[in-house]
Amino acid sequence: MNDALDLAARVASGDRRALARLLTWIESERPGAREALAALYPRTGRAHIVGVTGAPGTGKSTLVSALAAAARARGRSVGILSVDPSSPFTGGALLGDRIRMMDHIADRGVFMRSMASRGSVGGLAVATGDAIRALDAAGCDLVFVETVGAGQAEIDIARAAQTVIVVEAPGLGDEIQAFKAGILEIADVFVINKADREGAERAANALKAMLDLGNTMKQRRVGRGADLSAATLDASGHHAPGGTGAHAAVASGEWRPPILKTVAAEKRGIEAVLEALEAHRTHLVESGEIVLRERERAADDVQRSLGRALIRRALEAAGPARVEALIDAVAARRIDPRAAVDALLDARLDAGQEGE
Amino acid sequence: MTQQPKIRVLIAKPGLDGHDRGAKVVARALRDSGMEVIYTGLRQTPEMIVEAALQEDVDAIGLSILSNAHMALFPRVVELLGAEGRRDILLFAGGIFPDEDVPEIKKLGFRGVFGPGSDTREIADFIRAEIAARG
Ligand SMILES: Nc1nc2c(ncn2[C@@H]2O[C@H](COP(=O)(O)OP(=O)(O)OP(=O)(O)O)[C@@H](O)[C@H]2O)c(=O)[nH]1
Ligand SMILES: [Mg+2]
Repeated sequence: MNDALDLAARVASGDRRALARLLTWIESERPGAREALAALYPRTGRAHIVGVTGAPGTGKSTLVSALAAAARARGRSVGILSVDPSSPFTGGALLGDRIRMMDHIADRGVFMRSMASRGSVGGLAVATGDAIRALDAAGCDLVFVETVGAGQAEIDIARAAQTVIVVEAPGLGDEIQAFKAGILEIADVFVINKADREGAERAANALKAMLDLGNTMKQRRVGRGADLSAATLDASGHHAPGGTGAHAAVASGEWRPPILKTVAAEKRGIEAVLEALEAHRTHLVESGEIVLRERERAADDVQRSLGRALIRRALEAAGPARVEALIDAVAARRIDPRAAVDALLDARLDAGQEGE
Repeated sequence: MTQQPKIRVLIAKPGLDGHDRGAKVVARALRDSGMEVIYTGLRQTPEMIVEAALQEDVDAIGLSILSNAHMALFPRVVELLGAEGRRDILLFAGGIFPDEDVPEIKKLGFRGVFGPGSDTREIADFIRAEIAARG
């Protein structure tokens, strides 16, 4: 067996070191990664992929850590990917999400990996999709992908995950402002964390109002809707009756993102979030939406891979000298960028024909 | 277009002393020199450090320590890394060590020992050179 297949076999058998190494191969685009992932692909598709996004410091890592503990208590194995931006200037990154995750370190049922976004500026790491598949193939029942919610990363997370949690926290300035338009669309579950702080109720109400507004507009379009109740945390940290937005949503046939309040630092309100995640997954399966999402993700994966492969082939076929010469020509304004691209594509075609 | 290998470094602070300014300064400096730095925070046990290093598949581990516990904690980290078959990970230490301990620490396998006020560029260069030498 070659190295890649050997590594794949070890990942499949639950070897942590092999999984860690495969993730490194994936991140550094080692050729063996592709072969290993191809071998593991049939084992994927079992994990529930949960994106966790929101503004910096809202408590995403603390929440993921608490959710991981609760999931472990239910016997689930957990994988965690925390993606942070790389500096576009130095390529370096400071990855600090582990600070909140160290509780789990002795627990072999939790595997956590910090990822820098590397080539992708402002988005998820290019390697995130493959990293998710590696954790899935390694047997994680739940995979959390934490990313700071901003611009492209939000769109990326919505594509990569089956369920998206948007985390907000009071006291980060104007609450309404915090709920940017895009975030309402990608959220399957809203968490208002730091509910021990003043303003949590206000944030929940503002969010509910916005969702209601969006829903009224949708109702006009499709003539159908469901009720949403912002969950309320009672003093004991349990959710009071009426705070079962998740279940109400499933019953109605259309998913209404529940708004749940947590104090992640004290592990309060966590069970309700875990239940909402399960309810959403059930909803995806029962409504058949999971099949549609999987199809979309597959289309997206194929398109991205195709893009990367074509770029690589075109550059290889032209050779570095030709590429440099064309770039010089564009910089000197002798030709325009499109002409350079045409020249590169022609070189590729020529090379292809020579090969035949 | 295979990316050039990124150096990944774990910076951890074992022991019970309660502040981590020095460790954070080093972590930021290494980031600014282009490395990916995983920072795990205060009060890490050797078990936590080694498990984190394993999962993160780092090239190097930097341990920062101010209390006098290094001669208890460092050998344990080395031992655990050995048990996981990862003695290949580059080890370095930062903090205040009695002069007579430095050779001991080096003998354990710590390739670099940096006292307070070390130039952070020196640490980055050291890591790069060591990793390059390992190929
Ligand atoms: N008061 C309060 N503080 C919390 C709560 N949850 C987390 N925190 C604190 O909020 C700070 C940020 O928490 P993190 O979990 O690191 O937040 P994050 O969203 O992952 O941060 P980034 O990854 O840097 O964007 C930490 O100091 C936590 O201790 C909470 O429920 N209540
Ligand atoms: Mg975080």
